[in-house]
Amino acid sequence: MVFRSATAEQQTPRKPSLFSRLPVVAQLRQSVGLQRGMLIAGVVLTGMFVLCALLAPLIAPYGFAQSRVDGVAFGRQEPPSAENIWGTTVGGYDVFSRVIWGTQTALAVVVIAVVLSIFLGVILGLVSGYLGGWLDRILVVIADAIYPFPTLLLAIVMSIVITGGQSSLIGGILSAAISITVIFIPQYFRVVRSEVVRLKAEAFVESAKVIGASTRRIMFLHVLRNATRTLPLIVTLNASEAILTLAGLGFLGFGIAPTSAAEWGYDLNRALADTASGIWWTGVFPGVAIVLFVLGLTLVGESVNDISDPRLRARKRLKKKKDVSA
Amino acid sequence: MPRPVGRIARCDPPAAFRQKELDVTTVPPGDPVSGPSPVSTAPAPKKRTQGIGLGQYIVIRAILIVPTVFILVTLVFFLMRVVGDPISAGVGDRLTAEQLQERLAEAGYDRPIYVQYLEYLGQVFTGNFGRTLTDNREITDVLLQYGSATLELVLYSLIVAFAIGIPLGLVAAYRKDRAPDALLRILAILAYATPVFFAGLLLKLVFSVWLGILPLGGRADTRVALALGRIDNPTGIYLIDAIRLGSPVAIGDVLEHAVLPSLALGLLTAGVFLRLVRTNVISTLSNDYVSAARSRGVSEFRLVTKHAYKPALIPIITVMGLQIALLLGGAVLTETTFGWRGLGFQLAQYLASRDFVAVQGIVALLAVIVALTNFAVDVIAALIDPRVRY
Repeated sequence: MVFRSATAEQQTPRKPSLFSRLPVVAQLRQSVGLQRGMLIAGVVLTGMFVLCALLAPLIAPYGFAQSRVDGVAFGRQEPPSAENIWGTTVGGYDVFSRVIWGTQTALAVVVIAVVLSIFLGVILGLVSGYLGGWLDRILVVIADAIYPFPTLLLAIVMSIVITGGQSSLIGGILSAAISITVIFIPQYFRVVRSEVVRLKAEAFVESAKVIGASTRRIMFLHVLRNATRTLPLIVTLNASEAILTLAGLGFLGFGIAPTSAAEWGYDLNRALADTASGIWWTGVFPGVAIVLFVLGLTLVGESVNDISDPRLRARKRLKKKKDVSA
Repeated sequence: MPRPVGRIARCDPPAAFRQKELDVTTVPPGDPVSGPSPVSTAPAPKKRTQGIGLGQYIVIRAILIVPTVFILVTLVFFLMRVVGDPISAGVGDRLTAEQLQERLAEAGYDRPIYVQYLEYLGQVFTGNFGRTLTDNREITDVLLQYGSATLELVLYSLIVAFAIGIPLGLVAAYRKDRAPDALLRILAILAYATPVFFAGLLLKLVFSVWLGILPLGGRADTRVALALGRIDNPTGIYLIDAIRLGSPVAIGDVLEHAVLPSLALGLLTAGVFLRLVRTNVISTLSNDYVSAARSRGVSEFRLVTKHAYKPALIPIITVMGLQIALLLGGAVLTETTFGWRGLGFQLAQYLASRDFVAVQGIVALLAVIVALTNFAVDVIAALIDPRVRY
């Protein structure tokens, strides 16, 4: 199979379609066996949460800050029942609804954080790597200093700065996203910069210079396109880190107030006191939601990483190959 | 969390980076079939322009701590001042305008920002990280009182992480792409995906509430803690103090309290170590010298634990150093979960009471600690591998 397609491509060089060159799709086609299973499991898990977030108003039976239905309160810390299938929290909210609504918050933070940090990190890395000079040196030193610092502590400082300790829906989501962005920028910066420094010496950049392309054109057209090879991996890993950081902030009380949005970390914080009396449903469900979402994203990132790296990519057993080619 | 935060993404790039830099024998990534590159047969003349000695390297590395700390402290200072000052942000809404002005003047926050900045820098470099607002204590005192508890927790969880992560990582590498590897890798990802406070919550539910065999939280029973506080020059590390006390009951009690927190934090780190050991040992296992040793009849066990493991140690140690920072972030959450009265617990308390001066001080202090640990790790890496010195 592998042999045949390789020779076929040599005879008629044809570019694969755009769809099959998309980051995750391309790896899915390359993958075999276990790695393929892990990748598919990750994609399915992640897709499930995205669906949950999009369809939250349809899935969740109650609002995230709704503590009574038809004028009758749910009661506090009620065990799972027909009315509240996952029980109620210490604040009298429905656990199931809060977990479902929480996917929206988590997804919003992840998307904002990743988009912001990709833009800033990539541009900084590109400019710094290509132009070099004193700007490059300063940025590298700063990125190196931030890089080993505990992300949670930096996120705490950032969210103090952004919200001043207050919390609202937009403010909470933005502050969590921006705090996470600050931590991610050095990571994107490092990766893109090292790629750009390597690419700068390549012949195609030289030839573009000879033709007389402007520096800006070379940077954003020629170099940038080739420097984004490793980005999909970092995006998935950072997305999972964003969820964990958001939950960590919420757990320390820097999340979003329960009346403005549902946030898993905050719910876990409130659930901590419940454990002593054996109340498990307030903590277990939001916790499992965090674990599964992060698991899905990490599985995607991990598999994409392994499949893109020829040293780690699993190959079909030799026997099978022979059978197919014979 | 974070970092729980930060784990996989932060541990991979440097490993790859260092390896590219150090390991000339690695097969180039784009070229899987050609086997060992020609460079590996004859040691290439590396760019060793000035062969500096170990002493010189350590000195240069030590000097590099200063800019790192400087940048982080500056960053934290200016971030905290971008939207105002810690006092207005923390207690501003509870005071009248005059009271606020008075408090600001008292703390010196009404002066130009560069004056405050220079003063702050001077204080930090003389080891003065300021005073907390709520209970008016020196930040360094807070460190001395609670730092030992955090140190104890971090040490225990490192033991857990090493004991679990390294052997299982070797197993996963040896059985690459087989069932044990798949199982271990999924467990490792699961360990990473579980926020440390959720792991703590589950452990508490199972072992403290349902089985009732381990305590819910804290570092020791009240009576034991009192007894430990009474001995001369307590180290603050309860296990050492309990051993000095000579009471088996106290030692048992202290250890009982340590089990769940160190498991929660240790498992998180063990997952990272497992992946790290696995990746690096896989690449050394495929080397020619391993096949050569195998053909001479060296046992498979020895091949994995000696021949493949030792050369893989250098990137492993470098990245493990970076994990210390992760452990500190995780310690904040673990301590809060288990009521373990350490630096992280205290930080969360100050956060809850909105004492942002204390938060700034503790964060700046932790920046210094992170910079120092990274220095120590780099020195250890240089001692093990002479090629690191550049």
